[in-house]
Amino acid sequence: MSTLAEVNGQLGTIGYGLAAIGPGIGIGLIFAAYINSSARQPESANFTRTWMLVGFAIIEALALFGLVLAFALKK
Amino acid sequence: MADPPCKGDNGFCAPGTESFLYKPFVKWEWFNVHFQITKVTILVWIAVVLLIVLFLAAVRKPKIVPGRGQWMAESVYGLVRNNIAEDMIGHEGVKFAPYLATLFMFIVVTNVFGIIPVAQISPNAHIAYPAFLAVISWLLFIIAGIRKHGAWPYFRDILFMPGVPKAMYILLTPIEIISTLIVRPITLAVRLFANMFAGHLLLLVFTLGTTYLLSVHNFSKIFSIPSFILALGLTFFELFVEVLQAYVFVVLTASYLQGALAEEH
Repeated sequence: MSTLAEVNGQLGTIGYGLAAIGPGIGIGLIFAAYINSSARQPESANFTRTWMLVGFAIIEALALFGLVLAFALKK
Repeated sequence: MADPPCKGDNGFCAPGTESFLYKPFVKWEWFNVHFQITKVTILVWIAVVLLIVLFLAAVRKPKIVPGRGQWMAESVYGLVRNNIAEDMIGHEGVKFAPYLATLFMFIVVTNVFGIIPVAQISPNAHIAYPAFLAVISWLLFIIAGIRKHGAWPYFRDILFMPGVPKAMYILLTPIEIISTLIVRPITLAVRLFANMFAGHLLLLVFTLGTTYLLSVHNFSKIFSIPSFILALGLTFFELFVEVLQAYVFVVLTASYLQGALAEEH
């Protein structure tokens, strides 16, 4: 039987997919909380924006580690 | 840039880490260490010269009613000073505002090189530059903490968080050492690096994909159009990410400084 479709590549891609699950949920929660809080109390939006970005950056780091490791650990 | 796009029907070669390596213009060796001057080095020099010239020109003859250049420089400095340094660190933060503003502008300029034609790569897509910036920020917040509280009280607060039952130190001390002294600088560097790295790869995938799909000799040619549109759209997305990452880097530096300068809990 001839090969119709073939996938070549490295496990790092799948690893990155797995690494992105947690941060995906976390970033969703962060932005949901920010929208919630600024809808309830619009005057706090300026103050909470900074902390939203700090939280977003900390969570995002995990997904980015997955991306970097996918390239760093070849094979 | 470093690798020519694959043409014809022999498959698409996805861009990898090799597309970040540039041919050195000059290279030499001192004590078995290889030095190279590449496009990336020159972009950093351009960024430094650009910032010095722009800011010196902006404040050389300050006026009460600012001109365009002075207005721009003042609003960037004002943003960092009021919205980051003072809001996050408090009154003491003002003396860190020059550092934070320089850091912000340097990261913005070097990041935006990633989407400027001809430059097309951000120096921060090489780990060395973000790592060095992160080391400076790391030393800054540790030294600021030591100068504020004294060396032993500062490290004692990190190692043995006050107001916690003694038995918890078995668990807390290693976590605090790792998170404050090791993970902070590493995440600071890796976050900026990985964003620029991923952004560059993303743009490469779609631009190389466009050229590849154009060279295919069947109906798949039409898919080069969505690929090109995505490449254009992602360029604007990259601009957003680049400025956001500069902001995040500075905000995190400020929050670490705030933690170091905070009074006893």
